[in-house]
Amino acid sequence: MSEIKISSNLAISENGFLFMPLTGESFTLNEIGVEIVNFVKSGINSEEIINEVIETYDVEKNIAEKDILDFIAQLKNFKVAVEG
Amino acid sequence: MKVAVTGLNNVDNPAPGVPVIRVIKDSGQFEGEIIGLIYDSLEPGAYMPEVSNKNYLIPYPSAGLESFYNRLVQINADENIDVIIPTLDAELFAFAKLESKLAELNIKVFIPTLDQLTIRGKDKLFDFCQANNIRAPKNILASSINDLYKLPSDLKYPVAVKGIFYDAYIANNFDEATTYFNKISSKWGLPIIVQEFINGEEYNVVGLGDGTGELVGAVGMKKLYITDKGKGWSGVTIDDSELIDISKSIVEILEWRGGAEFEFVKEKESSEYYLLEINPRFPAWVYLAVGAGQNLPFAAYQLALGNKVTPFESYETGKIFLRYSWDLITDIKKFEEITVKGVLKNE
Repeated sequence: MSEIKISSNLAISENGFLFMPLTGESFTLNEIGVEIVNFVKSGINSEEIINEVIETYDVEKNIAEKDILDFIAQLKNFKVAVEG
Repeated sequence: MKVAVTGLNNVDNPAPGVPVIRVIKDSGQFEGEIIGLIYDSLEPGAYMPEVSNKNYLIPYPSAGLESFYNRLVQINADENIDVIIPTLDAELFAFAKLESKLAELNIKVFIPTLDQLTIRGKDKLFDFCQANNIRAPKNILASSINDLYKLPSDLKYPVAVKGIFYDAYIANNFDEATTYFNKISSKWGLPIIVQEFINGEEYNVVGLGDGTGELVGAVGMKKLYITDKGKGWSGVTIDDSELIDISKSIVEILEWRGGAEFEFVKEKESSEYYLLEINPRFPAWVYLAVGAGQNLPFAAYQLALGNKVTPFESYETGKIFLRYSWDLITDIKKFEEITVKGVLKNE
């Protein structure tokens, strides 16, 4: 799985409010969204994120994998994250 | 000090006069009176004691430069105005033409020169951008519907149809283009600008040039809410050095004198900025720049007085403005005063 990293200069609050100072865009993330973004920020790859989520939440691997990869694709689509 | 400011029509297409006055007062360094110069008896800013001390009706410059100037002379005889801050596009040519005559009356202005006003005109901007490697949408000038039949092959629908001073619509086909051509030309005259439509998000910069090529300050903003008139009703300051660098280079090349608003669109696919317009005055959202740390109108006022100003180095990102409307209750006598006598004093 490809490495991704969070775009520089991005502000994310504890409440899940994400502001991109470069473009002025803002997004609201739910609890797990914040966790995933923080995982990405910490430098771990997609596979490790999936494993972390499976360990914490009661979710089957194939569902977690699909949802997390979808979410990461959205982060890239909105330029919150880029290929690392 | 007496400072006269135009553009107090704080309506759904707000002029910048009221925010410009607010920020000059907010500087905490201004001592004096504000004189409102208004074109219409119902410009709301004229009725706000916290905005202006006194207001005078003036004729539109289109009524003739001489009558416009004579009215300013008449007002000055009563008021001894030190500085005039014009804030409307359509009056800037008149003020630029009158600058030396106003100087003889000891009235100072700090506005773009006639050449600068001409170069930034919607009909000339593309040539300026091409000559200086600044991306801008292609355009043609249409003086009749016939010109819409002969759009160059690289100008495909949708296109933006714009008035020479105000108004802009997106036309998806020839029929829409002709409708907007007629609508705009009947209001603002000819020519009409038919411009390549760049698909992307709009970004704006408010800046101040000192007239020697130096950028005194600049603040970038993204509109968060846009009204059906295309006016930003809320916006947030952003941190994009590319946006500020392009604005800075324009100020350097033109040796821009005065306030300006640079309007850009960031093309969706390439993320490249295209310069849409240069408005030769502060925008109505200039109060946001002050909230973010740059009191550009007060700096312009200082420059008008011949004082030196220290350029602003930075501003706060993530500051938001939210515009709102507010009902002001006043007496019919006030309306009578300004309508009949052309003067309105705020207690």
